[in-house]
Amino acid sequence: MKLSQQEVERIATLARLKLTEEEKNRYSQELSKIFDYMDKLQALDTAAVEPTSQVTGLTNVMREDVVEEFDNVGGLLAVSPQSQNGFFQVPKILENK
Amino acid sequence: MSLNQLTLIEAFEGLRQGKFTSEELTRDCLKQIKKFDSQVKAFVTVDEAGAISQAKAVDEKIKNGDSLSPLAGIPVAIKDLFCTQGLKTTASSKILADYVPPYDATVVKKLKDNDAVIIGKTNCDEFAMGGSTENSAFFPTKNPWDLERVPGGSSGGSAAAVAADMCLYALGTDTGGSIRQPSSFCNISGLKVSYGRVSRFGVLAMTSSLDTIGPMAKTAQDNALILQYLAGPDVKDATTPSEPVDDYSQAIVQNIQGLKIGLPKEYFIEGMDSEVRQAVLDAAKKFEELGATVVDVSLPHTEFAIAAYYIICPSEVSSNMARYDGIRYGLSERQSGDLLDIYLTSRAKGLGSEVKRRIMIGTYALSAGYYDAYYKKAMQVRTLVKGDFEQTFGEVDVILTPVAPTPAYKLGENINDPLKMYLEDAFTIPASLAGICGLTIPAGLAGGLPVGIQLLAKRFDEKTILRAGHHYQQATNWHKQKPSIK
Repeated sequence: MKLSQQEVERIATLARLKLTEEEKNRYSQELSKIFDYMDKLQALDTAAVEPTSQVTGLTNVMREDVVEEFDNVGGLLAVSPQSQNGFFQVPKILENK
Repeated sequence: MSLNQLTLIEAFEGLRQGKFTSEELTRDCLKQIKKFDSQVKAFVTVDEAGAISQAKAVDEKIKNGDSLSPLAGIPVAIKDLFCTQGLKTTASSKILADYVPPYDATVVKKLKDNDAVIIGKTNCDEFAMGGSTENSAFFPTKNPWDLERVPGGSSGGSAAAVAADMCLYALGTDTGGSIRQPSSFCNISGLKVSYGRVSRFGVLAMTSSLDTIGPMAKTAQDNALILQYLAGPDVKDATTPSEPVDDYSQAIVQNIQGLKIGLPKEYFIEGMDSEVRQAVLDAAKKFEELGATVVDVSLPHTEFAIAAYYIICPSEVSSNMARYDGIRYGLSERQSGDLLDIYLTSRAKGLGSEVKRRIMIGTYALSAGYYDAYYKKAMQVRTLVKGDFEQTFGEVDVILTPVAPTPAYKLGENINDPLKMYLEDAFTIPASLAGICGLTIPAGLAGGLPVGIQLLAKRFDEKTILRAGHHYQQATNWHKQKPSIK
Protein backbone atom coordinates (compact mmCIF):
# COMPACT_ATOMS: atom_id res chain seq x y z
CA MET A 1 0.00 0.00 0.00
CA LYS A 2 1.27 3.45 -0.85
CA LEU A 3 0.09 6.34 1.25
CA SER A 4 0.02 9.44 -0.95
CA GLN A 5 1.22 12.86 0.15
CA GLN A 6 -2.41 14.11 -0.04
CA GLU A 7 -3.56 11.29 2.21
CA VAL A 8 -0.84 12.17 4.71
CA GLU A 9 -2.00 15.80 4.62
CA ARG A 10 -5.61 14.72 5.21
CA ILE A 11 -4.64 12.63 8.27
CA ALA A 12 -2.43 15.42 9.61
CA THR A 13 -5.36 17.83 9.38
CA LEU A 14 -7.63 15.41 11.24
CA ALA A 15 -4.94 15.04 13.93
CA ARG A 16 -4.27 18.80 14.16
CA LEU A 17 -0.63 18.34 13.22
CA LYS A 18 1.16 20.88 11.06
CA LEU A 19 3.83 18.94 9.18
CA THR A 20 6.79 20.26 7.25
CA GLU A 21 7.31 19.11 3.66
CA GLU A 22 10.15 16.90 4.85
CA GLU A 23 7.88 15.29 7.46
CA LYS A 24 5.08 14.71 4.94
CA ASN A 25 7.51 12.99 2.65
CA ARG A 26 9.02 10.88 5.42
CA TYR A 27 5.69 9.85 6.98
CA SER A 28 4.26 8.95 3.60
CA GLN A 29 7.12 6.48 3.08
CA GLU A 30 7.29 5.19 6.66
CA LEU A 31 3.54 4.77 7.13
CA SER A 32 3.26 2.93 3.82
CA LYS A 33 5.87 0.46 5.00
CA ILE A 34 4.28 0.09 8.44
CA PHE A 35 0.78 -0.52 7.04
CA ASP A 36 2.21 -3.06 4.60
CA TYR A 37 3.42 -4.95 7.65
CA MET A 38 -0.01 -4.63 9.34
CA ASP A 39 -1.57 -6.35 6.35
CA LYS A 40 -0.31 -9.65 7.69
CA LEU A 41 -3.34 -9.54 10.01
CA GLN A 42 -5.61 -10.00 7.02
CA ALA A 43 -4.29 -13.58 6.71
CA LEU A 44 -6.19 -14.50 9.89
CA ASP A 45 -9.85 -15.39 9.63
CA THR A 46 -11.47 -13.47 12.48
CA ALA A 47 -15.08 -13.48 11.28
CA ALA A 48 -16.23 -15.35 14.39
CA VAL A 49 -13.90 -13.64 16.88
CA GLU A 50 -15.18 -11.07 19.37
CA PRO A 51 -12.96 -7.96 19.61
CA THR A 52 -11.12 -7.25 22.88
CA SER A 53 -10.95 -3.53 23.63
CA GLN A 54 -9.84 -4.05 27.24
CA VAL A 55 -9.16 -7.02 29.47
CA THR A 56 -10.65 -6.11 32.86
CA GLY A 57 -14.05 -7.67 32.27
CA LEU A 58 -15.45 -4.69 34.17
CA THR A 59 -18.40 -2.75 32.79
CA ASN A 60 -20.15 0.36 34.09
CA VAL A 61 -18.07 0.87 37.20
CA MET A 62 -20.17 3.07 39.46
CA ARG A 63 -19.43 5.26 42.46
CA GLU A 64 -21.36 7.76 44.51
CA ASP A 65 -21.87 10.96 42.53
CA VAL A 66 -20.43 13.39 45.04
CA VAL A 67 -18.59 16.61 44.38
CA GLU A 68 -15.03 16.63 45.64
CA GLU A 69 -13.28 19.98 45.92
CA PHE A 70 -9.85 20.08 44.25
CA ASP A 71 -7.60 21.80 46.75
CA ASN A 72 -4.99 23.24 44.40
CA VAL A 73 -6.77 25.45 41.86
CA GLY A 74 -3.87 27.88 42.17
CA GLY A 75 -1.47 25.16 41.02
CA LEU A 76 -3.72 24.36 38.05
CA LEU A 77 -3.82 27.96 36.91
CA ALA A 78 -0.12 28.46 37.53
CA VAL A 79 0.70 26.00 34.74
CA SER A 80 -1.81 27.44 32.27
CA PRO A 81 -0.41 29.54 29.43
CA GLN A 82 -2.89 32.37 30.04
CA SER A 83 -5.50 32.85 32.74
CA GLN A 84 -7.68 35.60 34.11
CA ASN A 85 -9.90 35.77 37.21
CA GLY A 86 -9.46 32.05 37.83
CA PHE A 87 -10.31 30.98 34.28
CA PHE A 88 -8.26 29.70 31.36
CA GLN A 89 -8.00 32.31 28.63
CA VAL A 90 -8.49 31.37 25.00
CA PRO A 91 -8.72 33.52 21.88
CA LYS A 92 -12.12 34.76 20.82
CA ILE A 93 -13.76 32.31 18.43
CA LEU A 94 -17.02 34.17 17.74
CA GLU A 95 -17.04 37.39 15.71
CA ASN A 96 -18.83 40.54 16.95
CA LYS A 97 -21.97 41.28 14.96
CA MET B 1 30.68 -0.89 49.86
CA SER B 2 28.74 2.36 49.85
CA LEU B 3 25.14 2.45 50.97
CA ASN B 4 23.64 3.15 47.54
CA GLN B 5 24.72 -0.36 46.46
CA LEU B 6 22.39 -2.03 48.97
CA THR B 7 19.16 -3.71 48.00
CA LEU B 8 15.93 -2.19 49.29
CA ILE B 9 15.54 -4.90 51.93
CA GLU B 10 19.16 -4.57 53.09
CA ALA B 11 18.73 -0.81 53.36
CA PHE B 12 15.50 -1.20 55.31
CA GLU B 13 17.18 -3.55 57.79
CA GLY B 14 20.21 -1.27 58.14
CA LEU B 15 18.02 1.75 58.84
CA ARG B 16 16.03 -0.10 61.50
CA GLN B 17 19.16 -1.45 63.17
CA GLY B 18 20.57 2.05 63.29
CA LYS B 19 23.63 1.10 61.21
CA PHE B 20 23.19 4.27 59.14
CA THR B 21 20.69 7.06 58.62
CA SER B 22 18.39 7.82 55.73
CA GLU B 23 20.37 11.01 55.19
CA GLU B 24 23.60 9.03 54.76
CA LEU B 25 21.87 6.61 52.39
CA THR B 26 20.36 9.47 50.39
CA ARG B 27 23.66 11.36 50.23
CA ASP B 28 25.43 8.24 48.89
CA CYS B 29 22.85 8.05 46.07
CA LEU B 30 23.24 11.77 45.33
CA LYS B 31 27.02 11.35 45.32
CA GLN B 32 26.71 8.52 42.80
CA ILE B 33 24.45 10.68 40.60
CA LYS B 34 26.95 13.56 40.73
CA LYS B 35 29.78 11.24 39.87
CA PHE B 36 28.23 9.37 36.96
CA ASP B 37 25.05 10.95 35.67
CA SER B 38 26.90 13.37 33.41
CA GLN B 39 27.80 10.22 31.44
CA VAL B 40 24.74 8.01 31.97
CA LYS B 41 22.09 10.79 31.77
CA ALA B 42 19.46 8.80 33.64
CA PHE B 43 17.79 11.81 35.27
CA VAL B 44 15.79 14.70 33.86
CA THR B 45 15.43 16.24 37.33
CA VAL B 46 17.33 15.52 40.54
CA ASP B 47 15.58 16.86 43.64
CA GLU B 48 18.56 17.08 45.96
CA ALA B 49 17.02 19.53 48.44
CA GLY B 50 13.68 17.71 48.60
CA ALA B 51 15.37 14.33 49.04
CA ILE B 52 17.68 15.50 51.83
CA SER B 53 14.91 17.23 53.74
CA GLN B 54 12.64 14.17 53.45
CA ALA B 55 15.52 11.90 54.58
CA LYS B 56 16.11 14.10 57.65
CA ALA B 57 12.40 14.02 58.49
CA VAL B 58 12.43 10.20 58.35
CA ASP B 59 15.57 10.04 60.50
CA GLU B 60 13.73 12.12 63.08
CA LYS B 61 10.79 9.68 63.00
CA ILE B 62 13.13 6.69 63.38
CA LYS B 63 14.80 8.38 66.34
CA ASN B 64 11.39 8.93 67.94
CA GLY B 65 10.61 5.25 67.52
CA ASP B 66 7.65 5.90 65.20
CA SER B 67 6.10 2.94 63.41
CA LEU B 68 7.22 3.22 59.79
CA SER B 69 6.78 1.51 56.45
CA PRO B 70 9.72 -0.52 55.07
CA LEU B 71 9.87 2.03 52.24
CA ALA B 72 10.45 4.90 54.68
CA GLY B 73 13.66 6.81 54.15
CA ILE B 74 14.70 4.85 51.06
CA PRO B 75 15.61 6.74 47.87
CA VAL B 76 13.45 5.99 44.84
CA ALA B 77 13.69 7.39 41.29
CA ILE B 78 10.46 7.92 39.35
CA LYS B 79 9.99 7.86 35.60
CA ASP B 80 9.20 11.37 34.41
CA LEU B 81 5.75 10.21 33.32
CA PHE B 82 4.31 10.20 36.85
CA CYS B 83 2.79 13.43 38.14
CA THR B 84 4.64 14.67 41.20
CA GLN B 85 3.06 17.69 42.83
CA GLY B 86 5.45 20.63 42.81
CA LEU B 87 8.18 18.68 40.98
CA LYS B 88 8.55 19.11 37.22
CA THR B 89 7.05 16.26 35.15
CA THR B 90 8.03 16.39 31.50
CA ALA B 91 7.27 12.98 29.89
CA SER B 92 10.65 13.78 28.26
CA SER B 93 8.68 15.98 25.85
CA LYS B 94 9.12 19.60 24.85
CA ILE B 95 5.39 20.09 25.16
CA LEU B 96 5.63 19.50 28.95
CA ALA B 97 9.20 20.78 29.42
CA ASP B 98 8.11 23.23 32.16
CA TYR B 99 5.06 21.41 33.50
CA VAL B 100 4.80 21.32 37.31
CA PRO B 101 1.81 19.11 38.19
CA PRO B 102 -0.71 20.48 40.70
CA TYR B 103 -1.36 16.95 42.04
CA ASP B 104 0.30 13.59 42.71
CA ALA B 105 -0.30 10.35 40.82
CA THR B 106 -1.95 7.79 43.12
CA VAL B 107 1.24 5.69 43.32
CA VAL B 108 3.35 8.78 44.04
CA LYS B 109 0.96 9.67 46.84
CA LYS B 110 1.28 6.11 48.15
CA LEU B 111 5.08 6.40 48.17
CA LYS B 112 4.86 9.73 49.98
CA ASP B 113 2.41 8.28 52.52
CA ASN B 114 5.03 5.58 53.14
CA ASP B 115 7.73 8.24 53.72
CA ALA B 116 9.75 7.30 50.63
CA VAL B 117 12.58 9.63 49.58
CA ILE B 118 11.94 10.75 45.99
CA ILE B 119 15.38 11.48 44.62
CA GLY B 120 14.46 12.54 41.11
CA LYS B 121 12.64 11.98 37.84
CA THR B 122 14.11 9.73 35.18
CA ASN B 123 14.44 10.10 31.45
CA CYS B 124 12.27 8.07 29.06
CA ASP B 125 11.19 7.91 25.46
CA GLU B 126 8.82 10.83 24.87
CA PHE B 127 5.46 9.91 26.44
CA ALA B 128 6.85 6.34 26.74
CA MET B 129 6.85 5.84 22.97
CA GLY B 130 9.96 3.89 22.13
CA GLY B 131 12.24 1.13 23.26
CA SER B 132 15.63 2.81 23.62
CA THR B 133 15.14 6.17 25.43
CA GLU B 134 16.58 7.78 22.29
CA ASN B 135 13.16 9.36 21.70
CA SER B 136 13.56 11.63 24.73
CA ALA B 137 13.25 15.23 23.53
CA PHE B 138 16.10 16.21 25.87
CA PHE B 139 18.92 13.66 25.54
CA PRO B 140 19.39 9.91 25.20
CA THR B 141 20.23 7.86 28.29
CA LYS B 142 23.26 5.58 28.05
CA ASN B 143 23.52 2.00 29.25
CA PRO B 144 25.80 1.91 32.34
CA TRP B 145 27.21 -1.40 31.05
CA ASP B 146 28.43 0.22 27.84
CA LEU B 147 27.98 3.93 27.32
CA GLU B 148 27.79 3.46 23.55
CA ARG B 149 24.68 1.35 23.93
CA VAL B 150 21.05 2.11 24.73
CA PRO B 151 19.61 1.26 28.16
CA GLY B 152 16.41 0.07 26.48
CA GLY B 153 13.15 1.86 26.91
CA SER B 154 10.90 3.44 27.39
CA SER B 155 11.75 3.31 31.13
CA GLY B 156 15.46 3.52 30.26
CA GLY B 157 16.34 6.23 32.77
CA SER B 158 14.80 4.24 35.62
CA ALA B 159 16.64 1.06 34.57
CA ALA B 160 19.98 2.86 34.20
CA ALA B 161 19.55 4.63 37.56
CA VAL B 162 18.94 1.33 39.38
CA ALA B 163 21.74 -0.47 37.52
CA ALA B 164 24.19 2.33 38.33
CA ASP B 165 23.13 2.37 42.02
CA MET B 166 21.88 5.96 41.84
CA CYS B 167 18.77 4.91 43.78
CA LEU B 168 17.60 1.79 45.58
CA TYR B 169 14.68 1.17 43.24
CA ALA B 170 12.59 2.99 40.66
CA LEU B 171 9.11 3.19 39.20
CA GLY B 172 8.48 2.64 35.52
CA THR B 173 5.60 2.02 33.16
CA ASP B 174 5.16 -0.92 30.81
CA THR B 175 2.76 -0.77 27.87
CA GLY B 176 4.49 -3.11 25.40
CA GLY B 177 7.68 -3.97 27.29
CA SER B 178 8.89 -0.65 28.71
CA ILE B 179 9.82 -2.08 32.12
CA ARG B 180 10.84 -5.59 31.07
CA GLN B 181 13.14 -4.76 28.14
CA PRO B 182 15.25 -2.02 29.82
CA SER B 183 15.47 -4.23 32.93
CA SER B 184 16.95 -6.94 30.71
CA PHE B 185 19.35 -4.52 28.98
CA CYS B 186 20.59 -3.09 32.31
CA ASN B 187 20.67 -6.27 34.46
CA ILE B 188 17.98 -5.39 36.96
CA SER B 189 14.72 -7.03 38.07
CA GLY B 190 11.59 -5.36 36.68
CA LEU B 191 7.94 -6.25 37.14
CA LYS B 192 5.15 -5.55 34.69
CA VAL B 193 1.98 -6.02 36.70
CA SER B 194 -1.32 -7.35 35.39
CA TYR B 195 -3.43 -4.67 33.78
CA GLY B 196 -5.50 -3.09 36.56
CA ARG B 197 -3.34 -4.26 39.47
CA VAL B 198 -1.85 -0.79 40.09
CA SER B 199 -3.66 2.53 39.63
CA ARG B 200 -2.77 4.57 36.55
CA PHE B 201 -4.28 7.78 37.93
CA GLY B 202 -1.89 10.68 37.46
CA VAL B 203 0.45 8.81 35.12
CA LEU B 204 0.45 10.47 31.71
CA ALA B 205 -1.57 8.14 29.49
CA MET B 206 -0.12 6.53 26.38
CA THR B 207 -2.24 3.46 25.55
CA SER B 208 -4.96 3.41 28.19
CA SER B 209 -6.04 -0.20 27.61
CA LEU B 210 -2.46 -1.48 27.97
CA ASP B 211 -0.55 0.91 30.26
CA THR B 212 0.68 -0.60 33.53
CA ILE B 213 2.82 0.73 36.37
CA GLY B 214 5.43 -1.28 38.20
CA PRO B 215 8.62 -1.45 40.24
CA MET B 216 12.17 -1.79 38.91
CA ALA B 217 14.62 -3.02 41.52
CA LYS B 218 17.75 -5.00 42.27
CA THR B 219 16.00 -8.26 43.20
CA ALA B 220 12.67 -10.05 42.72
CA GLN B 221 12.30 -9.97 46.50
CA ASP B 222 12.51 -6.16 46.50
CA ASN B 223 9.86 -6.03 43.76
CA ALA B 224 7.57 -8.18 45.92
CA LEU B 225 7.92 -5.75 48.80
CA ILE B 226 7.36 -2.64 46.66
CA LEU B 227 4.33 -4.10 44.91
CA GLN B 228 2.68 -4.59 48.30
CA TYR B 229 2.54 -0.80 48.63
CA LEU B 230 1.48 -0.02 45.05
CA ALA B 231 -1.21 -2.65 44.34
CA GLY B 232 -4.93 -2.37 44.90
CA PRO B 233 -8.06 -0.65 43.73
CA ASP B 234 -8.30 3.13 43.33
CA VAL B 235 -11.58 5.00 42.96
CA LYS B 236 -9.76 7.36 40.60
CA ASP B 237 -8.94 4.52 38.16
CA ALA B 238 -12.05 2.54 37.24
CA THR B 239 -9.95 -0.24 35.67
CA THR B 240 -8.57 -1.38 39.06
CA PRO B 241 -10.81 -4.22 40.30
CA SER B 242 -11.23 -5.11 43.97
CA GLU B 243 -9.24 -8.31 43.40
CA PRO B 244 -7.50 -9.20 46.72
CA VAL B 245 -3.85 -8.12 47.03
CA ASP B 246 -1.61 -11.04 48.00
CA ASP B 247 1.02 -10.91 50.73
CA TYR B 248 3.81 -11.00 48.14
CA SER B 249 6.81 -11.11 50.48
CA GLN B 250 5.28 -14.07 52.29
CA ALA B 251 4.11 -15.83 49.11
CA ILE B 252 7.58 -15.91 47.52
CA VAL B 253 9.15 -17.86 50.38
CA GLN B 254 7.60 -21.22 49.52
CA ASN B 255 9.86 -23.36 47.27
CA ILE B 256 9.07 -24.04 43.62
CA GLN B 257 8.93 -27.82 43.89
CA GLY B 258 6.39 -29.02 41.33
CA LEU B 259 5.96 -25.65 39.63
CA LYS B 260 5.09 -26.16 35.95
CA ILE B 261 6.99 -23.96 33.52
CA GLY B 262 6.26 -23.77 29.80
CA LEU B 263 8.75 -22.89 27.05
CA PRO B 264 6.83 -21.53 24.04
CA LYS B 265 8.39 -22.58 20.73
CA GLU B 266 7.25 -19.37 19.01
CA TYR B 267 9.72 -17.38 21.16
CA PHE B 268 12.78 -19.11 19.79
CA ILE B 269 12.87 -17.59 16.38
CA GLU B 270 15.40 -17.23 13.63
CA GLY B 271 17.56 -14.16 13.97
CA MET B 272 17.67 -14.20 17.73
CA ASP B 273 21.05 -13.99 19.40
CA SER B 274 22.40 -17.46 20.17
CA GLU B 275 23.66 -16.41 23.59
CA VAL B 276 20.21 -15.05 24.46
CA ARG B 277 18.69 -18.37 23.45
CA GLN B 278 21.27 -20.22 25.53
CA ALA B 279 20.61 -18.03 28.58
CA VAL B 280 16.91 -18.94 28.50
CA LEU B 281 17.65 -22.65 28.09
CA ASP B 282 20.20 -22.52 30.93
CA ALA B 283 17.60 -20.82 33.11
CA ALA B 284 15.09 -23.57 32.28
CA LYS B 285 17.66 -26.13 33.44
CA LYS B 286 18.22 -24.17 36.65
CA PHE B 287 14.48 -24.13 37.33
CA GLU B 288 14.42 -27.92 36.87
CA GLU B 289 17.25 -28.26 39.40
CA LEU B 290 15.13 -26.22 41.79
CA GLY B 291 12.29 -28.72 41.46
CA ALA B 292 10.18 -27.24 38.66
CA THR B 293 8.98 -29.19 35.64
CA VAL B 294 9.70 -27.65 32.23
CA VAL B 295 7.50 -28.53 29.27
CA ASP B 296 7.14 -27.27 25.69
CA VAL B 297 4.07 -25.16 24.97
CA SER B 298 2.73 -23.26 21.99
CA LEU B 299 1.27 -19.77 21.65
CA PRO B 300 0.29 -19.95 17.98
CA HIS B 301 -0.77 -16.32 17.40
CA THR B 302 2.46 -14.81 18.69
CA GLU B 303 3.64 -13.66 15.26
CA PHE B 304 0.53 -11.49 14.83
CA ALA B 305 0.89 -9.65 18.13
CA ILE B 306 3.20 -6.87 16.92
CA ALA B 307 0.91 -5.90 14.06
CA ALA B 308 -2.11 -5.84 16.38
CA TYR B 309 -0.22 -3.85 19.01
CA TYR B 310 1.06 -1.24 16.59
CA ILE B 311 -2.51 -0.53 15.52
CA ILE B 312 -4.09 -0.53 18.99
CA CYS B 313 -1.32 1.52 20.62
CA PRO B 314 -1.19 4.34 18.03
CA SER B 315 -4.99 4.44 17.88
CA GLU B 316 -5.20 5.10 21.60
CA VAL B 317 -2.18 7.43 21.36
CA SER B 318 -3.91 9.56 18.73
CA SER B 319 -6.81 10.00 21.12
CA ASN B 320 -4.75 10.50 24.30
CA MET B 321 -2.41 13.05 22.72
CA ALA B 322 -5.32 15.24 21.63
CA ARG B 323 -5.26 16.86 25.08
CA TYR B 324 -1.92 18.53 24.33
CA ASP B 325 -3.36 21.48 22.47
CA GLY B 326 -1.70 24.50 24.08
CA ILE B 327 -4.84 25.62 25.90
CA ARG B 328 -4.79 24.56 29.55
CA TYR B 329 -1.18 23.55 30.20
CA GLY B 330 2.03 22.77 28.41
CA LEU B 331 3.76 24.55 25.55
CA SER B 332 1.50 27.15 23.97
CA GLU B 333 2.35 29.11 20.83
CA ARG B 334 -0.05 32.05 20.84
CA GLN B 335 1.60 34.57 18.49
CA SER B 336 -1.06 34.54 15.81
CA GLY B 337 -4.03 34.74 18.18
CA ASP B 338 -5.99 32.25 16.09
CA LEU B 339 -7.32 29.19 17.95
CA LEU B 340 -6.61 26.59 15.26
CA ASP B 341 -3.15 28.05 14.87
CA ILE B 342 -2.48 27.59 18.60
CA TYR B 343 -3.29 23.88 18.26
CA LEU B 344 -1.24 23.40 15.12
CA THR B 345 1.84 25.37 16.13
CA SER B 346 1.97 24.18 19.75
CA ARG B 347 1.75 20.55 18.65
CA ALA B 348 4.21 21.01 15.77
CA LYS B 349 6.81 22.54 18.09
CA GLY B 350 6.06 20.48 21.17
CA LEU B 351 5.78 16.89 19.93
CA GLY B 352 8.65 14.78 18.67
CA SER B 353 8.78 12.64 15.55
CA GLU B 354 7.84 9.26 17.08
CA VAL B 355 4.85 10.82 18.86
CA LYS B 356 3.70 12.42 15.62
CA ARG B 357 4.28 9.17 13.76
CA ARG B 358 2.03 7.25 16.17
CA ILE B 359 -0.63 9.96 16.09
CA MET B 360 -0.61 9.69 12.30
CA ILE B 361 -0.80 5.86 12.29
CA GLY B 362 -3.62 5.90 14.83
CA THR B 363 -5.60 8.65 13.16
CA TYR B 364 -5.39 6.77 9.87
CA ALA B 365 -6.36 3.43 11.45
CA LEU B 366 -9.41 5.01 13.09
CA SER B 367 -10.47 7.16 10.15
CA ALA B 368 -13.66 6.53 8.19
CA GLY B 369 -13.38 3.51 5.91
CA TYR B 370 -10.36 1.97 7.64
CA TYR B 371 -11.71 1.24 11.13
CA ASP B 372 -12.84 -2.34 10.38
CA ALA B 373 -9.74 -3.28 8.42
CA TYR B 374 -7.32 -2.07 11.07
CA TYR B 375 -8.63 -1.22 14.53
CA LYS B 376 -11.41 -3.80 14.72
CA LYS B 377 -9.18 -6.45 13.17
CA ALA B 378 -6.44 -5.68 15.70
CA MET B 379 -8.92 -6.02 18.59
CA GLN B 380 -10.02 -9.41 17.25
CA VAL B 381 -6.42 -10.58 16.98
CA ARG B 382 -5.95 -9.37 20.54
CA THR B 383 -8.68 -11.85 21.55
CA LEU B 384 -6.77 -14.65 19.84
CA VAL B 385 -3.45 -13.72 21.51
CA LYS B 386 -5.21 -13.54 24.88
CA GLY B 387 -6.83 -16.92 24.19
CA ASP B 388 -3.41 -18.51 23.55
CA PHE B 389 -2.32 -17.55 27.05
CA GLU B 390 -5.58 -18.61 28.71
CA GLN B 391 -5.26 -22.03 27.15
CA THR B 392 -1.58 -22.40 28.03
CA PHE B 393 -2.12 -21.36 31.64
CA GLY B 394 -4.48 -24.32 31.88
CA GLU B 395 -1.39 -26.49 31.42
CA VAL B 396 1.42 -24.57 33.16
CA ASP B 397 1.84 -22.06 36.01
CA VAL B 398 4.56 -19.95 34.41
CA ILE B 399 5.79 -19.28 30.87
CA LEU B 400 9.54 -18.73 30.44
CA THR B 401 10.78 -16.70 27.44
CA PRO B 402 13.54 -14.37 26.29
CA VAL B 403 12.86 -10.64 26.83
CA ALA B 404 14.40 -9.28 23.64
CA PRO B 405 15.99 -10.96 20.61
CA THR B 406 19.39 -9.39 21.37
CA PRO B 407 21.24 -7.68 24.23
CA ALA B 408 21.41 -3.85 24.25
CA TYR B 409 22.20 -2.43 20.83
CA LYS B 410 24.22 0.68 19.96
CA LEU B 411 22.76 4.18 20.04
CA GLY B 412 21.58 5.14 16.59
CA GLU B 413 21.51 1.56 15.35
CA ASN B 414 17.72 1.30 14.90
CA ILE B 415 16.54 4.87 15.26
CA ASN B 416 16.03 5.57 11.56
CA ASP B 417 13.92 2.50 10.91
CA PRO B 418 10.67 2.69 12.91
CA LEU B 419 9.40 -0.69 11.73
CA LYS B 420 12.63 -2.43 12.75
CA MET B 421 12.32 -0.72 16.14
CA TYR B 422 8.75 -2.04 16.53
CA LEU B 423 9.83 -5.59 15.68
CA GLU B 424 12.25 -5.51 18.63
CA ASP B 425 9.21 -5.80 20.93
CA ALA B 426 8.20 -9.27 19.68
CA PHE B 427 8.61 -11.07 23.03
CA THR B 428 7.11 -8.47 25.36
CA ILE B 429 4.04 -7.33 23.41
CA PRO B 430 1.92 -10.53 23.52
CA ALA B 431 1.70 -10.47 27.34
CA SER B 432 0.74 -6.79 27.18
CA LEU B 433 -2.16 -7.51 24.83
CA ALA B 434 -3.34 -10.28 27.16
CA GLY B 435 -3.07 -8.02 30.23
CA ILE B 436 -1.09 -10.64 32.16
CA CYS B 437 1.93 -10.06 34.42
CA GLY B 438 5.61 -10.50 33.59
CA LEU B 439 8.88 -10.37 35.47
CA THR B 440 12.32 -9.77 33.98
CA ILE B 441 15.32 -11.04 35.92
CA PRO B 442 19.01 -11.17 34.97
CA ALA B 443 20.10 -14.56 33.63
CA GLY B 444 23.41 -14.21 31.87
CA LEU B 445 25.92 -12.11 29.99
CA ALA B 446 26.46 -12.10 26.24
CA GLY B 447 29.66 -10.45 25.13
CA GLY B 448 29.77 -8.65 28.47
CA LEU B 449 26.19 -7.37 28.11
CA PRO B 450 23.27 -8.36 30.35
CA VAL B 451 20.66 -10.84 29.18
CA GLY B 452 17.41 -11.19 31.06
CA ILE B 453 14.67 -13.80 31.03
CA GLN B 454 10.94 -13.18 31.17
CA LEU B 455 8.58 -15.08 33.46
CA LEU B 456 4.88 -14.73 32.66
CA ALA B 457 1.84 -15.73 34.70
CA LYS B 458 -1.89 -15.26 34.48
CA ARG B 459 -3.64 -12.05 35.52
CA PHE B 460 -3.15 -11.17 39.20
CA ASP B 461 -0.72 -14.04 39.72
CA GLU B 462 2.27 -11.78 40.38
CA LYS B 463 3.10 -13.87 43.45
CA THR B 464 3.99 -16.91 41.33
CA ILE B 465 6.48 -15.20 39.00
CA LEU B 466 7.97 -13.29 41.95
CA ARG B 467 8.36 -16.60 43.79
CA ALA B 468 10.01 -18.28 40.79
CA GLY B 469 12.26 -15.23 40.30
CA HIS B 470 13.18 -15.10 43.96
CA HIS B 471 14.19 -18.77 44.11
CA TYR B 472 16.17 -18.41 40.87
CA GLN B 473 18.04 -15.49 42.44
CA GLN B 474 18.71 -17.51 45.60
CA ALA B 475 20.48 -20.06 43.39
CA THR B 476 22.28 -17.74 40.92
CA ASN B 477 24.45 -14.63 40.97
CA TRP B 478 23.52 -12.94 37.69
CA HIS B 479 21.51 -10.23 39.46
CA LYS B 480 24.55 -9.34 41.55
CA GLN B 481 26.67 -8.48 38.50
CA LYS B 482 27.28 -4.75 38.26
CA PRO B 483 28.45 -2.50 35.45
CA SER B 484 31.96 -1.10 35.87
CA ILE B 485 31.41 2.57 35.11
CA LYS B 486 34.32 4.79 36.02
